[in-house]
Parts: sequence; C-alpha cells; structure tokens
Amino acid sequence: MDPLYSELRWLPRVAEGFSERLKGLGNQAGPLGRELQSLASHALDLNQLTKLAKAIGKARAEGKSLDPLVPFKLAILSNSTFDLIVPALVATAARHGIALEVIQPSYDQAAQEALTPDSRVNSSKPDAVLFALDYRAIPLKLSLGDREASSATIQGVIGYLQTLGNGIKANSNAVCIFQTFAPAVETLFGSLDRALQGTMRNLIDGINRELAEYVIGSGDVLLDVAAVAETVGLADWHNTQLWNMAKFPFADELIPLYADHVARTVAAIRGKSGKVLILDLDNTIWGGVIGDDGLEGIHIAQGDARGEAHLAVQRLALDLRQRGIVLAVSSKNTDEVAREPFEKHPEMLLKLDHIAVFQANWNDKATNIQAIADELSLGLDSMVFLDDNPAERGLVRKLLPQVRVPELPEDPAYYARTLAAAGYFEAVAFASEDLKRAGFYQDNAKRASLQKQVGGVDAYLASLDMTIAFQPFDATGRARIVQLINKSNQYNLTTRRYTDPEVTEAENDPEVFTLQVRLADIFGDNGMIGVVICRPGEAGVWEIDTWLMSCRVLGRKVEHMVLREVLEHARAAGIVKLSGTYRPTDRNKLVVDHYAKLGFTKVEEHASGFTRWELPVDGADPQGAPMKVISQGFVAAKERSIA
Amino acid sequence: MDEAQIYSRLAEIFEDVFDEDNIEITPELSAKDVDGWDSLTHIRLILTIEKAFKIKFSTSEIGRLENVGDLVRLIKAHT
Repeated sequence: MDPLYSELRWLPRVAEGFSERLKGLGNQAGPLGRELQSLASHALDLNQLTKLAKAIGKARAEGKSLDPLVPFKLAILSNSTFDLIVPALVATAARHGIALEVIQPSYDQAAQEALTPDSRVNSSKPDAVLFALDYRAIPLKLSLGDREASSATIQGVIGYLQTLGNGIKANSNAVCIFQTFAPAVETLFGSLDRALQGTMRNLIDGINRELAEYVIGSGDVLLDVAAVAETVGLADWHNTQLWNMAKFPFADELIPLYADHVARTVAAIRGKSGKVLILDLDNTIWGGVIGDDGLEGIHIAQGDARGEAHLAVQRLALDLRQRGIVLAVSSKNTDEVAREPFEKHPEMLLKLDHIAVFQANWNDKATNIQAIADELSLGLDSMVFLDDNPAERGLVRKLLPQVRVPELPEDPAYYARTLAAAGYFEAVAFASEDLKRAGFYQDNAKRASLQKQVGGVDAYLASLDMTIAFQPFDATGRARIVQLINKSNQYNLTTRRYTDPEVTEAENDPEVFTLQVRLADIFGDNGMIGVVICRPGEAGVWEIDTWLMSCRVLGRKVEHMVLREVLEHARAAGIVKLSGTYRPTDRNKLVVDHYAKLGFTKVEEHASGFTRWELPVDGADPQGAPMKVISQGFVAAKERSIA
Repeated sequence: MDEAQIYSRLAEIFEDVFDEDNIEITPELSAKDVDGWDSLTHIRLILTIEKAFKIKFSTSEIGRLENVGDLVRLIKAHT
C-alpha cells in the first residue's frame, strides 16, 4: 500500500503524549474544539481514532462545549458493516473543524430507513445522509453482450438510489451523499471486461458514470469512493477475508483514508474547505535558493528532473487558481530578488499576475501569513501553506494552528501529489463564478490602489461606475447562493447555514422574500456579493433571517442599496416594519453596527452581544451611492438610474 | 519470538485496543472476561495483532480461537 494514502503522509506523525493529552481533556475548562482539532490533525491509526472518538463522546455526554467545531449530523445507510468506521468518522471530522454526530441504523436497513417517514434516520433530522452501499449486496446480474439488459440493470440501480434519495428528501430534507462503487478486482475475460456490455466491470463503470451525471443535475453530493479505491489500488482496497468474516466494505488499513474523504465532503458542504494556497519559493516552486544560485542556478527547466518536480507544483497551483483558489507567496528573501524569476525566468509558469499577495521579506512566516489573511479578508482556517522546510512548517503549525500545513517528503518529485492527496480544496459544487474568483482578488488590489489615487470616497465610488442587480433566489443562482451562505463569516449578521434543499425551500415559499445581489464595476463583474432572506414574523413584520455580503464590496454603500430594495418590496407587500438581529460569533464583529448605520433602532440587547433592531417601513429612506440599479425576476423587470 | 515476548507485546496491544491499562493477560483470558470485548472489538484486536507481528491469519484459524492461550500459540506458529 502506498503510505502517502494509507498513512495520510501529509499529516504530521502522532506526537508522544497523545494518550495523556486525551486524558487531559477531562480536566480542561472551556470549549474543547481547538484541542480536539489539534489532536485530530495528526496521522492517527484506527485505534487512535477510536480513542479520540470515545473522548469526544464522553465530552458530549458530560455536556461539554465542542466550540468552535461546527455541528453536523450524518446518517449512514449501508449494506455493509460500518461499526468500526463510525468512530473513525467522528474523530476525523474534528480534523476538519466539524463536531460530527453519526446516526447509524441497524444493519442493512437502507430502504426501510429512507422510505419510512418516521424511521430512525428521518426522525433524527440529519444534515446529510451518506448512501454507502457496496456492489456485492446489490443484485447485479451479468448480461454479457446484452446492451438492453445491461442498460436496464444500470438504470435499475440508479432508480433504486434515486428512490431512496427522494424518500430522504421528502421526509427529512437532508443532503444526499451518494458513493460510487469500487469495482471488483476479479475479471472474467481480462481486457474485454471493460469493453463488453454486461460484465461486472462494465456495469459498475456505467453505474458510476450515470450516478455522477445525476448528482451534478440534482444538487446532491458525490463521494467518489471508486476513485479512492483506484488510487490506492483495488487489490489493496478490497479485503475479501474481512468481507467474508464480517461484511467489512474495504480493508481496515484504509479506514483512516476513507474517513478523511467523508470528513472533507462534510466540511465542504459546510464551506470549510481551503480557499488560499500560500507558496514558499526556494526549493518549493523551484529547485535551489534564488538568493544564492541566481536566475541561472535555480532549477525550473523542463528536461531537468529536479526542475520538472517543481514545475509540477507550479502547474498544480495554476490549475487550482483556475478553479478559484487564490495564490499567495510567503518567502524569506528580499522582495526584488524573489520577484526576479517571476519576471525574467523563461520557464516559470507562475507569473506575478497570478499571485494575489506577494510577501517576500525577512519577517517570520507566521507574521507574513497573518498579513496575507488580513489583506485578503479571509480567515486563517482558509489558508493552506506549502513549504519544503520542516522548521518553517513547524513554526507556522505552532503559532497559527488553524492554517493547514502539509508534511512534505524528502523528494520534490512527490510534492504536487502530496498536496493534491491532502484534499484541502475539496468542493461539492462548482459555480461558474469560481473560475473568476482568483481574478477578483487581483482586481480588488487594483481598486485599493485606485482609492489611494482618487481624492474622497464619493468621487471614488462614482468613478467605479457600479451597477447593482437584484433578483429573487432562482435555480441558476442556487449553487452560488448556497456557497455564500455556507462560506460567509465576517459580513454575516446571523450566520445561519442552509443546505441546497433548504435554499430551494425558501426559493419556492411565497411567504419568504429572498434576494440575490450582484455588483459590477469598471474593473469587472464581482458576481453575486449578497444574500438576504426575510421571513414573515408577526402581522406586518418581516424578520430579516439572513443578511450577508462579500467583504470585497465593503465601503461602497451596497448595504444601503440593498436596504432600499428590501424596503420597496416590503412596501409593496404591505409590510410596516423590518426586524433584524445580530448574532455575534468570533468572526463577525465587523457587522455589530450594521443596523445602526442603516437607521434601525435597537430594541433588545443581551449580555452575549446579541441585538435586535427595528425599522418602520414608512418614511425609511436610506442614502445610497451613485450606481445603476437593475431589479428583475420579481413582479416585472424594471431598470432605473439614480444620479 | 519466545512466549514471554509475545505475552508482553500482547499486553501493550490489549491496552491500545481496549483503552484500558489493567487487563491481566493470562492463557485462560477470553472475551467473556473483558468488558467491551464484543465481536467487532475482537476483529479490531485480531487486525492490530496481525499488523504488530507482521503476520496474517487465515479465516479458519481466526474462527478456532477460544482464548489468549490459543492466540499466543497461533502467533508463535506464524513467527
């Protein structure tokens, strides 16, 4: 087995004193989340994961707080034995910032649990249901050379999964996570098994392909177990002895890897995947040290084995950037020396234009990474830091424990693979705006420099030539709406997290007022930058359930324009009062005065910092900023300009 | 490996698997004597032993185990 995967080699090895630290949890006052996440962020084997899960269970039973781990309830529908896997899931989820609760019904009850409205699974109202079915317990009949029968078999399995999925959605509105099937090792013919209709290999290929297509269309989530199994090797994945003895779905050595993939998926659903890749330079994206070796001495060239290894890291970084991951640099070098290869070396794939924040100086890297996080207005837990130097890795892990720092092997040939194996950037949906995200951060830097040049905020705002577009929630915007709802932490008044089915519910509810807000300016289209949900409260009152915006558009009076739009619709609906709340978290201090600035009156304040505000609709007239307003998809499309 | 070494290693393994540091490992010890030694923990125990001693038991060998004494004899036969 490749230890990169079976031993999770991107994670630091378990330190001495793991058991002592676990026992110490009992004595710790205060919330346990950070300590649990720190313990889980090592390469734990099955026994260690089981012990950690036991400690988490004990803490829960004693009513201890697991903050700041985010709670998530996962039900598992399976036709194989999951009992040893469940504790591994709970412990591994802590690594990804999730306090996981697992609902595991009795063995092999998948259909009953999904389709019975008051089943244990449906009654527990899980956030997601994992369909972890094994191909051996699904009746798959060989139909060698029979295209029609093969197609029917494939459709039959997909239909079965859809029926169970629909049962879950109707009864508990949970997100459905469907696993692909790891094919069997044994073949009947050899190569023909893949090509000929109706062999086991061909049927499973077909099922996996159809399942993937279905999931993209339905907004469900795919867990590609087939890919994980193929990555480690099907012969290592399948353990026939364990299946025969106890219906274990795969080799026990791979439980920690499987658990990490499930945890990544859950974390991605909750918006906790990495957003930024911070790169060291020397011996990470090129071989050698630029300050010592100079442009001619560093290794980046194609045809040079060392250079190829580092180019692979650059290529991966560039591809990640293309899908929306922001790139930054943190290097111990003088700035001009560090920039030279980007500007002058002909083999460099990465250019300065790809880097949103470039920190090359002699400060320690923890200080640099904090500065990068501040400049991007993103939390430290969105940062991933790649550095060949174990001392630097250790420093950042110690001082900034929320930053994810993969271990790297000796040989740079495996750097790119190790970073990819760690799966920090797992995503469960892809919005076309993701393609443009990295560019936004560059644009924002340009806007910041423009602000310095132009005198006065108002003149600057006018020079931006902004257009703001309002629409209710719709199917086209849904993926991005769900993304924003789950990822926004700072400009978020109530931090309510909703899943795709819950957003769809709001979209279709005539009583609920929803808003997706888009902003464009002379530098480009910012895409969707705001989400508002108003729900009916007492008669004549709208409760502002959700108000969140992207930090990219701070300081532009966007919130005033949003309020104007909400008021217009409130008036039309006969609403006399808007009521909003601020629920403090440790990330949203930014918006403590949001409602005050918009002219609301505070009506309630608790010691926790929670506040409630009200604004009578009549007479409210917030001062906006000079921008064109488009309001469409409501009663009738209209377009008006405000000078 | 002599029996004393095997017993000593097993004591560590039992501690790891059962998360208990006071299980007395005797030849007569069996599942009914230890809290939490159910069929699934039994599998976890066998898997941990296989990895610790770098050996592999056959399905029928596992099926015939009645107590720790049988286990030690089996480990000795494989090492």
